[in-house]
Amino acid sequence: MGADAITSRANSKIAGAVGTAVPHDSARLHATGRAAYTDDIPEPRDVLHLAVGMSAKPHARIRRIDLAAVISAPGVVAVMTAADIPGENNCGPVVHDDPILAPGLVQYVGQAVFSVAAGSVDQARRAVRLAKIEYEALDPILDIRKAIAAKSFVLPTQKIERGDSKSAIANAAHRLNGSATLGGQDQFYLEGQIAMALPAEDGDLFVYSSTQHPGEIQLLVAEATGKTLKDVIVECRRMGGAFGGKESQPALIACIAALMAQKTGRACKLRLDRDTDMIMTGKRHDFVVDYEVGFNERGRIEGIEFMFASRCGMSVDLSGAINDRAMFHCDNAYFLDNVTIVSHRCKTNTVSNTAFRGFGGPQGMFGIELVVDDIARHLGVDPLEVRRENFYGIGERDTTQYRQKVEDNIIHEIVDELVRTSDYRKRVAKVREFNQASPVLKRGIALTPVKFGISFTATHLNQAGALLHVYTDGTVHLNHGGTEMGQGLFTKVAQVVANELQIDIDRIKITASDTSKVPNASATAASSGSDMNGKAAQIAAKKIKDRLTEFAANHFSVTELDVVFGNNEVRAGNNTVSFAELVRLAWFSRISLSATGFYRTPKINYDRATFSGRPFFYFAYGAAVSEVIIDTLTGEHRLTRVDILHDCGASLNPAIDMGQIQGGFIQGVGWLTSEELWWNAEGELKTHAPSTYKIPACSDVPEDFRVRMLESSPNREETIYRSKAVGEPPLMLSLSVFHAIRDAVASVSNNTRRPRLDSPATPEAVLNAVTEQQVSE
Amino acid sequence: MKGIAVSTTVNGDAVEYVCHGRETLLDVLRNHLGLTGAKEGCGTGDCGACSVTLDGELVCSCLVLGAEVEGRTVETIEGMADGDKLHPLQKRFLDGAALQCGICTPGFLIAAKALLDRNNNPSESEIRYALAGNLCRCTGYDKIVRAVSAAAGDMRRQQKAQARRRATR
Repeated sequence: MGADAITSRANSKIAGAVGTAVPHDSARLHATGRAAYTDDIPEPRDVLHLAVGMSAKPHARIRRIDLAAVISAPGVVAVMTAADIPGENNCGPVVHDDPILAPGLVQYVGQAVFSVAAGSVDQARRAVRLAKIEYEALDPILDIRKAIAAKSFVLPTQKIERGDSKSAIANAAHRLNGSATLGGQDQFYLEGQIAMALPAEDGDLFVYSSTQHPGEIQLLVAEATGKTLKDVIVECRRMGGAFGGKESQPALIACIAALMAQKTGRACKLRLDRDTDMIMTGKRHDFVVDYEVGFNERGRIEGIEFMFASRCGMSVDLSGAINDRAMFHCDNAYFLDNVTIVSHRCKTNTVSNTAFRGFGGPQGMFGIELVVDDIARHLGVDPLEVRRENFYGIGERDTTQYRQKVEDNIIHEIVDELVRTSDYRKRVAKVREFNQASPVLKRGIALTPVKFGISFTATHLNQAGALLHVYTDGTVHLNHGGTEMGQGLFTKVAQVVANELQIDIDRIKITASDTSKVPNASATAASSGSDMNGKAAQIAAKKIKDRLTEFAANHFSVTELDVVFGNNEVRAGNNTVSFAELVRLAWFSRISLSATGFYRTPKINYDRATFSGRPFFYFAYGAAVSEVIIDTLTGEHRLTRVDILHDCGASLNPAIDMGQIQGGFIQGVGWLTSEELWWNAEGELKTHAPSTYKIPACSDVPEDFRVRMLESSPNREETIYRSKAVGEPPLMLSLSVFHAIRDAVASVSNNTRRPRLDSPATPEAVLNAVTEQQVSE
Repeated sequence: MKGIAVSTTVNGDAVEYVCHGRETLLDVLRNHLGLTGAKEGCGTGDCGACSVTLDGELVCSCLVLGAEVEGRTVETIEGMADGDKLHPLQKRFLDGAALQCGICTPGFLIAAKALLDRNNNPSESEIRYALAGNLCRCTGYDKIVRAVSAAAGDMRRQQKAQARRRATR
């Protein structure tokens, strides 16, 4: 850690300094029901409520749309189809292949076809059902294997190759191959997708949107309505959860609201109900993974070939970067020397899949953890030994398959410490002992590591801006391009500003993300929110602090070195004034008290064409030990104990980071065990509400849940106060639960056979895997 | 559609409104009474984000009709604090960082209060099962369980102190 950072941490007496566990800035509003989410913002008197008519077919041409009954339904004011869109009919973020309203061709069940505006939510939703749409059915492709066979891809297949995997596998002492399917996941933010668009002066639009990416909403709304970016303002104070599901998906909602506001000249609000939200908007990609691996007698991988294929759905959306990230994370913490990775991005007639915490990383890691576990079971050794055998080295075996050197490797110390504190060895022995004596209930235990790359892989997105005003009473208005979805970003950035200016955090007003304050901001995504916006805000605060320092030195006739900010005061030689007093004096002397800050992540540079370079500024690490018990008669399991050790660098806010670790882990457990997306043969998603789609509940969480942050481990790169990103990495700690279940299943055959367990490990999947273990050869 | 006139009590205040027969109590609270603390998470009684109490009993306000609460007593999150003085549960949720995006928080607080009102010393397992009808996607629940447990302790201490004060009077 730099000396600068150490002293400013240690000397801070202010409330809300960096490194302290200050509560979330909205906590009091949350707990009293007064925090306003988009649906809570008072509606203008003339507001119209919208509903969306959806496709009933997975792949069809629309022959005829008859909306006569819709138009004459009670309360209906306007209807809109693709033909009514004055600008571009697109809400796709990268490639323009995502129509807002289907223009004659529908490509998934639930695709938006038309929109209705009415006096109430109920009227709009009832009117939608009166539409008569005639379809001419086309052949749909509904699953990944069929898409591969038909070469149905949204983007070209990609390949990373290093060394000679073919001959390395052929020459290895041992060889294995295998495959697995792993399901997708709905984000299930508790606040559904919503936007409210208000017509403003001279045809302008003001849009409230629950979005991780206000700047993209601004752009897509402008393009759809035939306006320019200057004519549209987008604001978001907070979201009720997002998890990647509000990175690109809110554009559809906001564009429909904006188009209808433009058409009717009235405020228009579109809020999806839960079922519509789950049917209409994208989720985590489900994957199939095939592998072939060659390894030595200790389990060291000598050559490996992966085939990853994902369900991208009907359009590109963010699938390119997501599948790239899967390819970048199928090493997890392991050195893969001779390696070939093939990645198919399958086009299917299902909803276009999108960002979800981890962004392809979890699926990549799932692949390699499967391989490592299979190797261990083949050799009959503890999987942890094979994991250690393959870890990246320090100063050797340290280059990833995309040619980035792993310079900050701390996985060895994390795993060593966790093995000790979790009592892993003894517990493995106890589990084996228990299973010998227990014919029906079986226990399983597993330790899995995480190494996750931090930065957007698209280098240009790694930029952020902030805006800071200091008022004459010494209070501060803070704004930046990041968005608040519950992760505590606004609190952390305010802590940074408090620290820089040495004022209490309650003197800083945190304000809504707003495209008219900080322009052209990237999505708050890739775990990069506090890294980038914290730095941008720090730069803005430093500018103002520098001006105040120069002014104080002149005013009090001391050198700038004699001006010290501390504990809401400023000392200039023998003079001490309050921060507010100095600000007032500076204002009288016509010193600018407003500044912008701009940050671009250093060191990163990467060539997409060859998949080589340095896509990531640094890596975040962690490891988890999970223990489960399964019932071999029902396939049910319980998670009995979890030990986590996670790396947050020098945490900006330990309370917030702890929440990210625990919450991310449990969300991952849902992905791998209970959350099952199920489509029928007609391409209809039938698990579209919490009644059938099971996210973890309070009663599913392990009663023995021991989570710790790695201590004394500042980021080796110069990030904001040497902290590390913590949004996504902990989700992948949940792989330990999947492998603990696998371990329990394997005990059914006395660890003589590799279990075939697909994800999610629902009771049905576990029971199938158990039954297969029981069948005699 | 004909309106239905309803007289009821919300957070101790006598309230009158006219609603349609199809409107839920959640619709009425949010759209007629301006009480937006209860949220619609699913609309089918599976997520608990719209939790309120009706005559002291925990309900999902999305499953109760606005017309059904005639003459009854509704408590919502807006009535939990005593002016600026937070309820011990609210205080523990703040101090224990038992909330993140905050949208499920009102529902959890209402459900937790309903539990503590009938059992002031619940076990961890009782807390977990009492809150199993409330979904949270952010926290992983651990801090919520701890906060409820800590608040139960605070409330027992408050109750004891009150009893002592009454005894000495």
